Order: sequence, then structure tokens, then C-alpha cells
Amino acid sequence: MTSTPTARPEAAAVRVCALTDLVPERGSVALVDGAQVAIVRTHDGQVYAIDNRDPYSGAQIIARGLVGTRGDVPTIVSPMYKQIWDLRTGACLDGAGSDPIALRTWPVRVVDGAVLVGGAAGAVDRG
Amino acid sequence: MIDMPEDTAPTTQQHLVIIGGGMVARRLVDALRARDGEGRWAVTLLAEEPRAPYDRVALTSYFTGREPEDLALGGQELWDDPLVTLRRGVRAEAIDRGARTVTTSTGQVLGYDALVLATGSYAAVPPVPGKDLRGAFVYRTIDDVADLRAFVEQRRGEVDRPVRGAVVGGGLLGLEAAGALRALDVDTTVVEFAPRLMPLQVDGGGGEALKRLIEGLGVSVRTSTATSKIVGERGAVSRMKFSEGPALDVDVVIFAVGVRPRDELARDAGLEVGERGGVVVDDACATADPAIWAIGEVACIGGRCLGLVAPGYTMAEIVADRLLGGSGTFPGADLSTKLKLLGVDVASFGDAFAQEPGALEVVISDPVAGVYKKLVMSDDARTLRGGILVGDASAYSSLRPRVGRELGGDPAAHLLPEGLAPAPAGDLPDEAAVCSCNNVTAGEIRRAVCEGGCTDLAGVKACTKAGTSCGSCLPLVKKLVTSELEAAGVEVSRALCEHIDLSRAELFDVVRVQGLTTFSEIIARHGRGRGCDICRPVIGSILASLGTGHILDGERATIQDTNDFVMANLQKDGSYSVVPRIPGGEVTPEGLIAIGEVARDFGLYTKITGGQRVDLFGARIDQLPQIWQRLVDAGFESGHAYGKSLRTVKSCVGSTWCRFGVQDSVGLAIDLELRYRGLRSPHKIKLGVSGCARECAEARGKDVGIIATDNGWNLYVGGNGGFTPRHAQLFAEDLDTDELVRTVDRFLMYYVRTADRLQRTAPWIEEHEGGIDAIHSVVLHDSLGIAEDLDAAMAAHVDGYRDEWAATLADPDKLARFAPFVNAPETVDDSLAYVGERGQARPATAQERASGSVLIAGTTLEVRA
Ligand SMILES: Cc1cc2nc3c(=O)[nH]c(=O)nc-3n(C[C@H](O)[C@H](O)[C@H](O)COP(=O)(O)OP(=O)(O)OC[C@H]3O[C@@H](n4cnc5c(N)ncnc54)[C@H](O)[C@@H]3O)c2cc1C
Ligand code: SF4
Repeated sequence: MTSTPTARPEAAAVRVCALTDLVPERGSVALVDGAQVAIVRTHDGQVYAIDNRDPYSGAQIIARGLVGTRGDVPTIVSPMYKQIWDLRTGACLDGAGSDPIALRTWPVRVVDGAVLVGGAAGAVDRG
Repeated sequence: MIDMPEDTAPTTQQHLVIIGGGMVARRLVDALRARDGEGRWAVTLLAEEPRAPYDRVALTSYFTGREPEDLALGGQELWDDPLVTLRRGVRAEAIDRGARTVTTSTGQVLGYDALVLATGSYAAVPPVPGKDLRGAFVYRTIDDVADLRAFVEQRRGEVDRPVRGAVVGGGLLGLEAAGALRALDVDTTVVEFAPRLMPLQVDGGGGEALKRLIEGLGVSVRTSTATSKIVGERGAVSRMKFSEGPALDVDVVIFAVGVRPRDELARDAGLEVGERGGVVVDDACATADPAIWAIGEVACIGGRCLGLVAPGYTMAEIVADRLLGGSGTFPGADLSTKLKLLGVDVASFGDAFAQEPGALEVVISDPVAGVYKKLVMSDDARTLRGGILVGDASAYSSLRPRVGRELGGDPAAHLLPEGLAPAPAGDLPDEAAVCSCNNVTAGEIRRAVCEGGCTDLAGVKACTKAGTSCGSCLPLVKKLVTSELEAAGVEVSRALCEHIDLSRAELFDVVRVQGLTTFSEIIARHGRGRGCDICRPVIGSILASLGTGHILDGERATIQDTNDFVMANLQKDGSYSVVPRIPGGEVTPEGLIAIGEVARDFGLYTKITGGQRVDLFGARIDQLPQIWQRLVDAGFESGHAYGKSLRTVKSCVGSTWCRFGVQDSVGLAIDLELRYRGLRSPHKIKLGVSGCARECAEARGKDVGIIATDNGWNLYVGGNGGFTPRHAQLFAEDLDTDELVRTVDRFLMYYVRTADRLQRTAPWIEEHEGGIDAIHSVVLHDSLGIAEDLDAAMAAHVDGYRDEWAATLADPDKLARFAPFVNAPETVDDSLAYVGERGQARPATAQERASGSVLIAGTTLEVRA
């Protein structure tokens, strides 16, 4: 698969791991430009990248939450205070009693079995 | 001098004096303080007994191992209210109506603006010769039952045969007292003057069934028998003589022949008393003196005194209302009763004796099963007028509120055993009283749900008080709540979550029976979607309870909460704490040193837990395997502090060292902890073992508490600390160790299988159909025929146990999951920051992080190899 690099250079995608390194439905953490990013592979083979920092506790723990679904939406739950986010958009679906706070997400692509994070429009940095 | 309350409040404040510190007095104070927001009344309560008002109705439970404090009524905060003064151990001696004062036994003279007499009753003692001998008791107060118990215990030490006792009176109170004697292991005879037991509540047929049931429990019954004399020996009772029939050798006699209103103060003050005693009041509970009221058993209302607590509560509410300017009146008393006497259900309600003209009776009598049920219907057999239920009173809660209403259908259908008959609640009119103890109507319960926002039984109980006294109405309250929620469109299915429609107990059964072992299989067959933070851990727990292998094997790793996934406890900053198992709290010095060294080398904050072990805080996820390698090498194993599973078995030092101990509590605690370690359950489980009745291990605060006796072990279940503390209830007595272990095995396994998610044992017992008695039957009498199965399941658990941490350390795939970053396995997570406090590390606050000050390396210290 090839792609057309159109994004700004600083938004280059980072290869974080092989798809097979990810346990389905259990998050991992990758360091992307110094930020901790939760990488989640769902049951249907999709891969998502979402901020690992829990805005409610400040702890870097989102990747350790349970993965599941709400209706058709793939979700992850904070293991600290149980807020629920949409893995696709970072929207907070349930603030668990607090005001909902969304999480940042990163674009993800799987190329030749490698998981690439970042690069808004798909720039690939094979570094 | 006349004392008025010292808290000098607005000049408009008035002073209410209540004489008597019983159940009804307490209700009045409660009601007044709840409604008198402006503080118009300051209240002084004079209570002759040396304690705050307590639950007299539950007096007999004093013998099943409860403490006097367990009989407390409601919250004790009431007595801290600045407008309420409770004078314990102070008797009122005289009333001066002219001066509006009361003189107390301490010589004080209290002025009043309003005076309420709530002095209750004396236990009546018939004028038989010998009634004042030692060993003759009445049955009314905590002091009475405490004296009775002490006397029986003493007598037991003196005679080398069972202690023998008799109860004079075969009514409600007499059968309660007989139950108490049985609980004290006394050979008991009930002597009743009338031709049948409970002559006021049940008819001949019911009395006969009752007699047979009670004799079946080892209590002798003599009806149509008058006691003529009690013969003494060295000042203590030794033998009873009757007008007819042989004499009876006895060591103890309890008089339970009725009560006499304590109206002497009112008589002396010139207030009118009834023909058979009692302070005469009108339907506002007012005496002829506008400043004086009478409520409870001492009040003679509508020409009679009422010996039940419910009408007393109603009177208390009326007086509270009147004192605040209201105009409530007494609606007449509901004399329905439902009791569990010696474990036999007895209920009577409405026109139980079919005294109204034209009544029809529908009777079901099964002498073999010991069941007698009668409904009294109107002449067209449509309207329920009353009834009597002996042996099985399960229909009581749904029938009593229907008195005076059309029953619908064949009346006999309502007498079928629970489960066979429909017990509809939806059609109950709003004004029907559901909880007669606290006078709560069906309408109030419905409103608590639809307007009050209550969404479950516990909420409705808290907000309406329904079902909080005798509890007999709870099944009906539950049905009302459920149908109201359904009507409001609230889904009250027992579905776990949006993915699984089954309840946890149902899911447990299907997984067990169908032998399912993976989440995907289970969700595909019994649910939808990919699960959530509710159903995933529940399935994880069920699979673990069923012994299907390591919790991190294969797909199972993905359904564990983070705590189970890394086998440690997540803390607020994202670090974890580690707790090695220390069975029974017994640890060698070497073991303690090893733990100390691990803590020191990894810079972990160290604290002793309430469960007699050591908690090490501040471990990074990637340090957990290294920490555990050290602990496992030192001989430790997982303490499961992270799991919904057995936590600890706490023990006192027991007979090995303690001067008072009668059994080896530590040895038993260790055996039990090793037996149940790793058992996954709906919620955490804690056990405790004490070496004697002094209870130093606080075992009765545990889900399973064991207390040594001279003859073995007493077993208590359902204790709880936490948000809703509960004392465990006595479940079985004097078990030998094998019997004890078998009983605990079954109790725990039954709980594991049938409780709801995150339901501790106390609420499980409360919500279990039939409560603790039903669980008792399942566990000790195998009433469901599942005992063998439960035993086998526990045996499989014990055999299959392996230390989760040791197994993880031996498996490179599992260890790989502790890497901090998938693209930088060697990089240390620098998001954790610690400062020093009292010589140890603690998480830095946001401000401390921002200022970058005083940070210590803490857990990022390089680890000594
Ligand atoms: C074993 C037992 C089981 C029972 N079971 C049931 C049941 O299942 N259902 C039911 O409805 N009812 C039951 N009852 C009856 C119920 O307990 C009473 O109806 C209820 O307690 C009456 O409350 P009261 O406040 O009027 O009187 P009490 O509870 O008797 O309280 C009166 C208090 O006033 C004190 N007092 C009296 N004179 C003075 C004075 N001059 N100065 C200061 N203090 C004074 C007394 O010491 C006493 O503490 C039972 C009673 C007993 C003993
Ligand atoms: S409960 Fe009994 S045996 Fe145990 S420490 Fe206390 S006094 Fe000793």
C-alpha cells in the first residue's frame, strides 16, 4: 500500500510496533513525540490511538482500562474513576458523575503489519 | 427551684417532658425533631432503664448472640441533638399538674409546657405462692433477659443434667420466652391456662397446629393448666404444682401472662384511668388535662390498651403533629401480628375469629406438614376480612393489606405456598397499609419511587422506613417497588448490563452448566457486542470461580480489571501497591525482614493493613515482576488484595498464647486462609477467627466470623465494615472443626454462585428470598439438594489452587505485558513523582509537581540486583 504524503513535515507518522505486538482488546502505551499514547486494537482488527493521560486523575493509565463496546461504539473505560470514551473520536460518553472531558486522539494506520501513529493526513516516517 | 432546659433559646421555645424511654417515646422524639424545623420544642426524656430506648420487640434476639447495642433503635445521633436531653436511669416520681412540674428520682423538679406519658407496661405476675423465689423471672427488659441468662448459666454449672425451665403463659410473649429458654439449652415446658396456645390470636385449629409444631421442636406444652404454687428449695424455685396433673421439677420459671399498664403516676396526679388500667385519652391522645398526653401501651384509647408497637408509633406521630399545631387523630389500631416463634411462623390479621356476622371461613389444614391456614371472608366470599396462618405465613404480607377489600379469584389460591400462587401487588390501593410497624401505605412507597427518586429496595426503606422494624412486609415492598419502577419505564430486569440480559447468578449457572470457558463464547451465546467494564470483570470472576485456569490465560487477560490484570492495586497516581499473603497474620521475623528489604530496595511506602498484613505502595507497573520475583523467592505468594476474592482471615493470638483462649484461633485461621485463598467471588470476602468470646479478632465484623467456644466453634455470617457496617449473625453453634469447614465451604460457594455483582454477604443475605433462614436451610439442611455439588466445587477450588504470581513469573508471554511502552520497553515512565513525608515516599501533589521542588526519586531509584 502506498500513500501520498501531503501533511506538514512535523506531523509525520511514527511506527510504534507490529500489529501482532498488540493484544486485542487490551491497551498498550507508546511514546509518540514524548507523549504517552494508548494504542488499542479492538476485536474487529481496528487500531486506535488515544491520550494515555486520564484528565480526571492526571495519571497515565487510560491504556490499562477495559475495552468494550457501547452500542456500536468501541470504547475504553478509565480504570481510575470509570469514565468512558469513544475510541474513534475521544468523545467522553459517560463522565461517571463529573463533567465529560474529551481525550485527544491520533490517526492510526496499519501498513505492512506495522502500526503507524500520527501524521494527520497519513505521512509516514519509517524511522 | 424549677429547672428549664439550659440552652436558652428564643423565648417562644417550649419544654416537652416525656416520661418513659421506650420504643414509643423514641418515636415521638424522632418525629418531633424531624418536623420541628424551627426548634419550637426542647425535649427532655426521662428513662428509668439505664440505656437509650431500644428495640424491645427484638428482645429475644439477645439470646442468639447479639449484644445489647444491637438492639439499638435507629441512629444514636438523635441523642446528640442540642434540643434533646435523654436522662438515662432517671425515674419520674410525681407530677404536679398545678405547677406543671415533674419530680424525678434524682430529686430534680422539671417544669413542662407539655407532658407525655409513655411509661409502657409492667410484665404481669400472677399471685401464685412462690412467685418471688430466686429463679422466677419476667420477660420485658434487657436487664430481665440478662439476669435470666446469668441465672441459667450459673445453674448449669451447679447441676449435672440439663437445666429445666417452665414458661407460664402460652401467648405470644410466652412462646417468645420459650424460644429464649431453648436458645439457652434449657428443657422447656409451656404452661397455658386456656385450652390452646396463643388464645388471643389463633383459633382451635390453629392452636392445634401450633402445638404440634412446637412440640416437634422439643418444647413440652400443657394447655388447660393452671399453676397453683411454686415450691422453693433454699430460696430458689424447684418445682411447680398445678390445679390438675402431675407436678413439674424446674430450675427456672418465666412469667409471661400479660402486661399491666404503668399508669400509677397518672392515678396519683388525679387523671382518669381505664377500667382495666391505662391512662384514658381521646383520639388525639390527649388526657383531660390539656398539657398532658399519653401514648403507647400505657394509653387507654377507645377504651382499651394496645400491646403492640405499631399503634404506639401511630400515637407518637399524632402527638408530634398536635404539638406543632396539627390535628391528627387515631385511626384505630391494626392488631395484626406476624411472628416467628421458635422458628414457627404465626400470623393473624383482621377479623381472625370470624366475629363479624355472616363471615365465611376458608381453611387449609395439613397436620402432617404442620400447616394451618384460614381466611375469613365476607358472606359473598369476595371481601377479605381476616385470617390466621400457622406454619407458613408467607402469604401474610400480601394478604394483610387487602383486609376489607375484594380478594379476586378463588380465596383458597391465596393460601397456596409461595411461588405457586400469584401475589400481585399492582392492584393494591394507595391507602392500604403495607408496613404496619411504621405505618407506611402502598401509596407512600409508590411515591418514594416515582416522586422521591428511589430506585431500589434499600432506597425505599431508607426514605419511608417501610420494612425497617419487623421486616415481615419486605417481600411486598419489594414487589411494589419493582412494579412502580416498571411502570415508570425504568428497566428493572436483572440484566447485568447492555451486553448481557442475565443476572450474575443466572449467568454463573449457564456458564457452569454449559461448560463455557471463554468470554467470546459466552458473549456470543448469551449476549451481544464486546462487553464493558461491568460484564467483562463479572465473566472474568465467574470463570475464575469455576477454576478454568490462570486469570491471564489467553483472551481472559482482556476481561480483567487493571488490578487483576497486573495483580496489584491501582493507586491514585497510576502506581500500584503490593500485598503478599500472610495467612492468619502470622509471619516469621525472616519473612518480615524480606518484605522490609523489598520495600526498602524499591523505595515503597510501607503500611500495615487492617487485615494483618503489609501493603507496599508506589510500585511502577514494570517493577511488579521484579518485586514479585523477590517476594516469591522469599516464600511469599499473591495476597489477592487486588481481587474480588478472599482477602484475609484475621485472627487473635488464641489459646496458644492467650490466657483466656479456648481454641487455637491462629491455626484455624491459617488453615482457612490457605483453603479459600484465590477463591474469586462477587465481592471481596473477609474472615476472622477469635480464640474465645472476648472476640479480639473482631470476627463479627467479617463476612464469615468464627468464635471459639468450650465445645468447638460458633459461626457467624454476613458481617461488614465499610459504608454500611453490620455485625455478623449467628449461623451455627458449637461446630467441630470438620463441620465448621464444611459449613463455611457451602456458605461461601453458595454466595459465590448466587450473589449479585459487587454484592457483599450482608446485602446478599438480606435480599435472598427467605433471608438468613433460607440460606441456613440450604447450607445446613441441604434444602435445595445442592450440598454435594457445593462441596465438590470447593474441593475443586482447593485442589486447583496455584499462586497466580509464581505462574506469571514463569511465563515470558505474561511478563511481556508489564513493559511500560510498546515502542520503548526499557524507558522508565517518568510521570510518577514523589516527595518525602515521615521518612517515606508519597505521591507529589499537583502544586509540588508544578514547582518542581522536593521531588525524590522514590520508586525510580535504581534497583539493587
Ligand atoms: C419479648 C417481647 C416481644 C414483643 N414482640 C412484639 C411484636 O412482635 N410486635 C409488637 O407489635 N409488639 C411486641 N411486643 C410489645 C412491644 O414491645 C410494646 O408494645 C412496645 O415496646 C410498647 O412501647 P412503649 O414505649 O409504650 O413501652 P415500653 O417499651 O415498655 O417503654 C416504657 C419505658 O418507660 C419506662 N418507664 C416507665 N415508667 C417510668 C417512669 N416513671 N419514669 C421513667 N421511665 C419510666 C420503662 O422502664 C420503659 O423503659 C413485644 C414485647 C416483648 C417484651
Ligand atoms: S479473643 Fe480470647 S483468645 Fe483471642 S486474644 Fe482475645 S481473649 Fe485471647
